[in-house]
Amino acid sequence: MSTTTIVLAIGLGVVAGAMSGLFGVGGGILFVPMLVALGLGQVEAAATSLLAVVPTATVGTWRQARYGNLRLRPALIIGVASIVGVETGVQIATSLPEHVLRRLFGVLLIAVAAQLAWRAVGSRASYPERR
Amino acid sequence: MRLVLIGVVAGILSSLFGVGGGIVIVPLLIMVAAFGAREATATSLGAIVITALAGVTLYALRGKVDVGYAALLGIPAMGGAIFGAAAQQRLSSRNLTVAFAVLLAAVGVWLISG
Repeated sequence: MSTTTIVLAIGLGVVAGAMSGLFGVGGGILFVPMLVALGLGQVEAAATSLLAVVPTATVGTWRQARYGNLRLRPALIIGVASIVGVETGVQIATSLPEHVLRRLFGVLLIAVAAQLAWRAVGSRASYPERR
Repeated sequence: MRLVLIGVVAGILSSLFGVGGGIVIVPLLIMVAAFGAREATATSLGAIVITALAGVTLYALRGKVDVGYAALLGIPAMGGAIFGAAAQQRLSSRNLTVAFAVLLAAVGVWLISG
């Protein structure tokens, strides 16, 4: 691995972390393509990305808890319930072509984005400012 | 019950695409469970820790995890997360929601075209 690659990877790690803290995501959406570019296979990239997500999300959770934004009980319920989904996801992933899944997920995200933006812009009242 | 459903959906998408699941947890908490944007992102991160640990455990058992690469990306990301969480406290909830929607749309376009 060249010095340039290492510097790029570290820079991308910082950006993914900032995105994680800002938007409450794990950063995997940036980690996976970066790891594929580094030469890992798709499955290894997903697996390795998830390991990188653990410290990122842990630090993010700790900071957000300090700011008083974390609701611990819902987080635990969602987290534990997701373990069931993880199993199911593997089953589906092995039975459908990956490019079909990618496109379906892409369409879903755009639909959700439109819905969120419409709500935020259209009705201020449903998004009361804190304090 | 809604929270359980959100968790199951996030878990499925997490293992399908190798992401944490926040990309579905955050909008679902806002739209279905009436969370504010900041609470939704904070609670999503807490849930993701558990989801990612479960996923990593399954993959590690099959020898698919590269610890060196994970450290190379994950350790700098810890610093980024501190910065991102601090920056988020200065954004209004409404602007944060719009910014998140832009992120989702960008990822969506990338997934469809990729």
